[in-house]
Amino acid sequence: MSAIYILWLRQIKRYFRSRPRIIASLGQPLLFLLALGFGFGPIFQKAGQGDYIQFLAPGVIGMSILFTAIFSGIELIWDRQFGFLKETLVAPVPRILIMAGRTLGGATVALFQGLVVVVICVLAGFRVTGFASLPVALLFMVLVAVMFTAMGTAIACVLSDFQGFQLVMNFLVMPIFFLSGALFPLTGLPKALEITAGLDPLTYGVDGLRGALIGVGHFSAALDVAVLSVIAAVLVAAGAYLFSRIQL
Amino acid sequence: MISVRNLVKNYGDFAAVKDISFDVAQGEIFAFLGPNGAGKTTTIKILTTLLKPTSGQVELDGLNPAVQHNEARKRFGIVFQDPSLDEELTAFENMDFHGVLYKVPGKVRAERIEKLLKLFELWDRRNDFVKQFSGGMKRRLEIARGLLHTPKIVFLDEPTLGLDPQTRNQLWTHVKKLNEEEQVTVFLTTHYMEEAERVAHRIAIIDHGKIVAQGTAAELKEQTGADTLENAFLKLTGSTIREEEAGSLDQMRNMARMFRQKRR
Repeated sequence: MSAIYILWLRQIKRYFRSRPRIIASLGQPLLFLLALGFGFGPIFQKAGQGDYIQFLAPGVIGMSILFTAIFSGIELIWDRQFGFLKETLVAPVPRILIMAGRTLGGATVALFQGLVVVVICVLAGFRVTGFASLPVALLFMVLVAVMFTAMGTAIACVLSDFQGFQLVMNFLVMPIFFLSGALFPLTGLPKALEITAGLDPLTYGVDGLRGALIGVGHFSAALDVAVLSVIAAVLVAAGAYLFSRIQL
Repeated sequence: MISVRNLVKNYGDFAAVKDISFDVAQGEIFAFLGPNGAGKTTTIKILTTLLKPTSGQVELDGLNPAVQHNEARKRFGIVFQDPSLDEELTAFENMDFHGVLYKVPGKVRAERIEKLLKLFELWDRRNDFVKQFSGGMKRRLEIARGLLHTPKIVFLDEPTLGLDPQTRNQLWTHVKKLNEEEQVTVFLTTHYMEEAERVAHRIAIIDHGKIVAQGTAAELKEQTGADTLENAFLKLTGSTIREEEAGSLDQMRNMARMFRQKRR
């Protein structure tokens, strides 16, 4: 347990010490919120869908968790490059605990980032309608954070350097975000896009958040939780397996 | 303390270590010398559980590092060839992190950290970030960290690479002192022959994955009829320069190094 704690603590310390990183990672959600939120707002309204900021905010919260979590997981590559990974791998600690500590630390950081973006969204005019379901919203944020940190870790176990990082960003992380229904409603989509969105794990996270925060969900909350839990469990297991096989 | 029998490690078609055998006794300082790419680091990685051998038997204090990982890991401390500190943490935090991972109880941990940081003259800088440290200070911190959990064996993989003569001298003085006072077994690699001659009780020379000679410095000189250990080494391993291809890791490290220098 103490091993998990110290690895978790390390991630937290590193995060809060790199202020430029915190500020930089808040820039992107802010840009999406302002440019898309206010830019598409009038059209969205005319289409009879209501306030776009209300619709978009849960998507932007999901996005910031997605990006922070994937990045926290992928940070493992840095540890490998700069040698610190070796220090943890020769320690008399089962690798599964190292992986658990890292993932919890990364997920905590991503969750915190998500909460900051919630505040930014509220400042930009987002109004939470379902206060009673705030704990449910928190649950969705935790699930999304754990799921994508584990995904980042699993990817980092396979990549040995940052050459492949752009590939991951453009062919995995960006599609996960853009196809998730974070930016558009899932009703009345072309069949192909509807199917792709259905396969995208973030879809269920954003949908669950939307349901909890503004009371409008495409799927039921129970289905969202079930899908996210299963995928998170699979990714954590995959990450743990790949991590246990790292040889330096 | 360390026993290696017929150790082989292949990477695909390439044989990095070809059937080597050697023993290191308890309390001994053993130097492993060889040109670049001879198989030194691969051997250390196998001894320290980071790599699995292709075949052969390895024993550390009676344990098999390939199977009894965690028991074996408690027995040794290691200073890697390249840095393995977390630069975003302070010197004290790096030590504490290590102590927690190795389950050194809180009170003992605090005492050991203080003692070791004082020994390596880093106590005054304990709350500074490692990224502000010079190469020599980082090395000292890594050695202090490797000793925190009172290991029976210490592996030093080219610990003096890139250090000035003062720091090197001080470092070996500490290592000798530790070996004499606490009976720590030391397994080291280096490219500086005079260092090996100064501190090591016994030396093995490895080339192309094979051990070509073993013995004390005097024995090696006698065997080859050379006047210095360096000449003995050159006679045994030839004078062709070994080209090591830089893997992606090395390239990345070089880039990181360049980047850091520019910022200074």
